[in-house]
Amino acid sequence: MTTRIREARPASFWPLAIVFALFVLFMYGPMFVIFILSFQGPEGGLTFPMRGVSLHWFAKLAEGLGVVDIGAALWRSLGLGVAVMLCTVVLSVLAGLAFRKRLAGGNTLFFIVVASLIMPSIIVSLGIGLEFRLIDNGIKAVLEWLGMDSALEGYGTSLGLFTSALGAHLTWTLPFGLLIMFAVFNRFNPAYEEAARDLGATPWQGFAHVVLPLIAPSVVGIGMFGFTLSWDEIARTSQAIGDVNTLPLELQGLTSTVTTPSIYALGTVTTVVSFAVMGVTLLLVWALGRRRKGRSG
Amino acid sequence: MSTTTPPSLPAAAVPGRSIAAWWQAAPFTLVFALFFIIPLALIVMVSFWDFNDYELLPGFTFKNYVSIFDGCSDMSDGLCVTLKTYYSTLKFSFLVWLITLVIGFTVAYFLAFHVRSSGMQTLLFVLCTIPFWTSNVIRMISWVPLLGRNGLVNQTLISMNLIETPIEWLLFSDFSVVLAFVHLYTMFMIVPIFNSMMRIDRSLIEAASDSGASGWQTLWNVIVPLSRTGIIIGSIFVLTIVMGDFVTIGVMGGQQIASVGKIIQVQTSYLQFPLAAANAVILLAVVLMIIWGLTRLVDIRKEL
Repeated sequence: MTTRIREARPASFWPLAIVFALFVLFMYGPMFVIFILSFQGPEGGLTFPMRGVSLHWFAKLAEGLGVVDIGAALWRSLGLGVAVMLCTVVLSVLAGLAFRKRLAGGNTLFFIVVASLIMPSIIVSLGIGLEFRLIDNGIKAVLEWLGMDSALEGYGTSLGLFTSALGAHLTWTLPFGLLIMFAVFNRFNPAYEEAARDLGATPWQGFAHVVLPLIAPSVVGIGMFGFTLSWDEIARTSQAIGDVNTLPLELQGLTSTVTTPSIYALGTVTTVVSFAVMGVTLLLVWALGRRRKGRSG
Repeated sequence: MSTTTPPSLPAAAVPGRSIAAWWQAAPFTLVFALFFIIPLALIVMVSFWDFNDYELLPGFTFKNYVSIFDGCSDMSDGLCVTLKTYYSTLKFSFLVWLITLVIGFTVAYFLAFHVRSSGMQTLLFVLCTIPFWTSNVIRMISWVPLLGRNGLVNQTLISMNLIETPIEWLLFSDFSVVLAFVHLYTMFMIVPIFNSMMRIDRSLIEAASDSGASGWQTLWNVIVPLSRTGIIIGSIFVLTIVMGDFVTIGVMGGQQIASVGKIIQVQTSYLQFPLAAANAVILLAVVLMIIWGLTRLVDIRKEL
């Protein structure tokens, strides 16, 4: 690479650079616009010009938008996101380890995972929704057969945040988790593990003290993927959620009813949460890297 | 590298007992069994069930499929609703695929071959991925202040005296739907294409130019074929997302434009699950045919 630096840039460089710059502008421009517009004054509307600068619409947002309890939806999405993140990390790492060994049916599992990744989300969502409705029917039939009328009356649905919605999100986050694990273990040098084994480490010690520290930054990355993919997910959740909605679903509903800049304020808030999660994660990766360097150096 | 074999499965690097491996993979497998395989099987099963206003009626009937294609054999009144919907969905898929492919390939090409320092490469790549971390709905509504009747684009055009009345088709139209799709999903093209471009041995390009190939010839005969895997993966992503989408088309189309995903969503909201399931089975068949065709198409070109 270094030898090529002194070469003159080919004629195609500048047109391509301009295309790239325009693309970046296209990606960021609109988001920047709603970020600015969320600070409209109380008189301001959905478009420019700005009528003053204030936090008015953030205050309106905190009061709630119509009948929708945004705060509760935000907490639900955060809770689900954290649950998805933990499940994605644990299950992907375990599966990644399993795929390094001789795994009967591993190819079939791999194809199922890829199929899940490219399946139109509405189909997966519909299937999970159906599954849980049929489970509901089954439970109700059993309760009726047992004559447990009070339980039958009290029974709502098994569809919910930490049942069907969690499962729906995992069919979307786990494929990414597994593919990242593949990428990690492809570059992983098993000599370290062998050394640990030769020195008498048990498999668990080998994993906890050798493998895990080495793959830690990627594991954190998987967690970040899991959280952000869940945090924004709509299509897979849409049919697989019960009576309460996650934040993106509420947001989707609000797009047609809320006509004030408070929806931009909401956009700014959710974006800030995404970026905060990303920032904390990158900080964590950086700290892990430093610690490792500190130890080896 | 063919897309039909798992390319990155790590070889059995660690000799281990298969049983232990299965215990490790079991929770992962269970999730896909419970939330992917069984639901898909249930969709196929329920698509043959009957239903009334209150409940699903187990049985076996082709009624749902028949009602989906009701009136499709008679072409005198134009296309039936289902075919119209598929036509519109396929039209969006094709347009979005074409645009994201052109933009994605250009951006990936610039990043992979024109940005020389790897630090700058990483920086620009991350710059492209950051918007991906923001909610899709937010990214959709962020077009409203730009494209609306009193939006920035119309305001600018009017103040420049280029137009007298605001352009109406900018928002809640086919245009805004395609724009939003491109905005949301070009990333899915850039990442796999960039990934396969970075794997291309740079000496092949030097060899091509040493042999007298022009820039275009190198691009077309060396880089495009070697980026094939990335192009296919990106295309499959974009096509399957657009084929099944109902959120983007709903929000950006002002709830006026039909799509297959939207039909399924509306039918489930009326608890017409067997009908929705039948539609899902047909959608799945169409998507699988497209994926199959896509891999065939590119393989044929490779043979030439």
